[in-house]
Amino acid sequence: MTADIEVPPIVEMRGITIRFPGVLALDNVDFTLRPGEVHSLMGENGAGKSTLIKALTGVYAIDSGSIAVAGERQTFDTAADAQEAGISTVYQEVNLCTNLTVGENVMLGHEKRRGTGIDWKATHREAARHLDSLGLQLDTRSMLSNHSIAIQQLVAISRAMVLDAKVLILDEPTSSLDRGEVEQLFGVIRDLRDKGVAILFVSHFLDQVYEISDRITVLRNGTLVGEYPIEELPRDALVTKMIGRELEDLAAIANSSHRSIDRTGTPVVKATGLGKRGVLEPADLEIYEGEVVGIAGLLGSGRTELVRLLYGADRADEGSVEVHGEHARLHQPRHAIEHRISLSSENRREEGVVADLTVAENIVLGMQARQGWLKKIPKKDQDAVVQEYIEALGVRPANPNALVGNLSGGNQQKVLLARWLATAPELLVLDEPTRGIDVGAKADIQRKVAELSAQGLSVIFISSELEEVLRMAQRVVVLRDRKKIGELEAATTDLDALIDYIANAGEGTAA
Amino acid sequence: MTAIYKHRLFWPIVALLTLIVVNAVARPQFIKITMRDGELYGPLISILRESAPLMLVALGMTIVIATRGIDLSVGATMAVSGAVALTIIDGSDDPGNVGTVLIACVVAVLVSLVLGAWNGFLVSVVGIQPIIATLVLMLAGRGVALLITGGFITTVNSEPFAFIASGYLFALPFAFLIGLVAIIVLSLVERRTALGVLTEAVGINPEASRLAGVRSRSIIWGAYMVSGMLAGIAGLIYASNIKAADANAAGVFIELYAILAVVLGGTSLNGGKFSIAGTVVGVLIIQTLESTILFLGVSSAQSPVFFAVVVVIVVIVQSSRLRDGLAALSTRLRSRSEADEKVEVA
Repeated sequence: MTADIEVPPIVEMRGITIRFPGVLALDNVDFTLRPGEVHSLMGENGAGKSTLIKALTGVYAIDSGSIAVAGERQTFDTAADAQEAGISTVYQEVNLCTNLTVGENVMLGHEKRRGTGIDWKATHREAARHLDSLGLQLDTRSMLSNHSIAIQQLVAISRAMVLDAKVLILDEPTSSLDRGEVEQLFGVIRDLRDKGVAILFVSHFLDQVYEISDRITVLRNGTLVGEYPIEELPRDALVTKMIGRELEDLAAIANSSHRSIDRTGTPVVKATGLGKRGVLEPADLEIYEGEVVGIAGLLGSGRTELVRLLYGADRADEGSVEVHGEHARLHQPRHAIEHRISLSSENRREEGVVADLTVAENIVLGMQARQGWLKKIPKKDQDAVVQEYIEALGVRPANPNALVGNLSGGNQQKVLLARWLATAPELLVLDEPTRGIDVGAKADIQRKVAELSAQGLSVIFISSELEEVLRMAQRVVVLRDRKKIGELEAATTDLDALIDYIANAGEGTAA
Repeated sequence: MTAIYKHRLFWPIVALLTLIVVNAVARPQFIKITMRDGELYGPLISILRESAPLMLVALGMTIVIATRGIDLSVGATMAVSGAVALTIIDGSDDPGNVGTVLIACVVAVLVSLVLGAWNGFLVSVVGIQPIIATLVLMLAGRGVALLITGGFITTVNSEPFAFIASGYLFALPFAFLIGLVAIIVLSLVERRTALGVLTEAVGINPEASRLAGVRSRSIIWGAYMVSGMLAGIAGLIYASNIKAADANAAGVFIELYAILAVVLGGTSLNGGKFSIAGTVVGVLIIQTLESTILFLGVSSAQSPVFFAVVVVIVVIVQSSRLRDGLAALSTRLRSRSEADEKVEVA
């Protein structure tokens, strides 16, 4: 390293590569963290942020590359190793003991001793000192569970300070905090930064990232895009870097998608003022026959929440839905399915596939659920449907008896698509159907969706890849910060305009 | 050959056969079956007869476990069922009347069904963890049974009622036939309808199943009702066997033996994939082991230890995870040592 004014880095990760079965989660990624800086790690879901953090905290073993902390090369086998090296993490879900007092939580494992016992008075005094240094005046003998999440998070940070953390990782710390609490947290973060602690900050709220960060590292699809000082990276440039501009050979799909839709009749599905407190501000949405409506917005903008409310996966507390002009009560997914609405969740593993069942059983599940348990779909019909979709979508291996859990992400996604298409929906909602899957499978899925919509299927298409949204959709609904901010016609919108709209629309003073 | 070796029932069946062989070698009359007055007798037949209550309870437990649940209340349900039946028979003018006994049995099974429905309600509607929800009835159920019998051990002398446990039909013990019918009916319902696969889907991934439109609540509720009903029938067999309703002794620890049978049969406590055939084999292993202890004349002081040792061996031998784990551990150790070498080179 050249002798410049820069302080030597506290964490240096070089050429980090992590492979999961069938996926390259991180590909030769470098990351540097310096003392006294707040460094934001940015990227869409699946970009590799959490994988990188887990590599740094010893949760995942790295396949190749090196990690040095304070100039010393480290291999972390467990999270405890990383903590020992001075790396502490405060997760979104606070991992403290809510049934202990504030003081006990702060000092857990570092209680002041007196002889063979614990000197509780001194322990609480010490806890109070640590809390005080973060500007927190709390009764250390009060139960942690009596405090808000924000305070619990600050207690977790105090705890990290007791461990003498040189690196503090804050993973989505603000997602459940209100404005005032965020301010309090940021005050503490700035304070720690000035004391020389290196802070790795992860948040999907752009405003907060720009408010607190000194530097940003952007990841995309498991690779490093770059590291930038905050003042050299305007918002729209950041969004562009996060989302990428891949030129795939999918222009044909774009051509077939850009047809005009007759929006004079009754929409297939119409949502009016659909919302839920703390989740999504009331939004309207109309989808016509054969139309593909894209939903764009960054992660956490409310795009998933909107379709979950529409589908009945979560219960909306205001608004109404009409299917073919008639009021529909959609309180459970099966109600939506009865109205021929299907949703493929963004969370393929947890909410999509049933891993220990076979490809065939997974494909038939939706149809069978619709029929009820008494009327088993005859084996012959099942086989026919399964065979049809395995061929039509190119599921590999083309073995109906393979366990879905053993398939690659792309093929799992095809199985899910098959499940939903087999239920003969009129509206198919696809939430991130192409995330984390290879280009071939991606093209297969896009082609099939374009083909079906041309035949009259209505589709809601959500994707972090804006090019994909523009390619697939005729109309794009844009959300930001859990609120719908507008709609754009895909044919007359280019990528730059869309990025600009997502980053700046309605944000009078920004950019 | 490899296909047989890999079948999920391979190890349980090996364990069962080994037990039988050990007994047969020790005392050849173990496998002797004789025909007397058109009825079959012998140690193996006794095992089939005596396994009936555990068989019924374990079948219900299998379905509940498949939904990621557990039913601890089956023993208490048995006690309630016996108490209800015996109280009705005891209170009637003619305890020997077949009609009276039938009514008593039907009422007892219906009461058990209601108890199962209560469990299912707590789990699927109220959302209480299955172990807690069924613990309530496990603890309270015997009290209810005592209340029904008025705190006494109700005994009856009823020919038709005694038939349930000790009667013979088609040369086979009637109790065994009840178990057999339950096995067949349950297998048909689970596999000929879509209930089996939907139950597995709910057990493996409840959220994905809900989003796929599966009525998970009804499926879970139903599983507890089936378990309650089968436990009720088991309670009748138990009561018939001793011709009494003993609220404190009926079905004690049977929930634990049932769970053991299910696990021995290869159904994971994590829910999902279940095997009725596996549970049947698991029950037979446990019952054969019990008989072995008696048959080999293991002293009563040593028998629990003997039982424990055999179960531990069986569980370890057939644990595929243990086998996989050992394989994974050895590869990890190997790669670890390779990695160490690499570091040294670097």
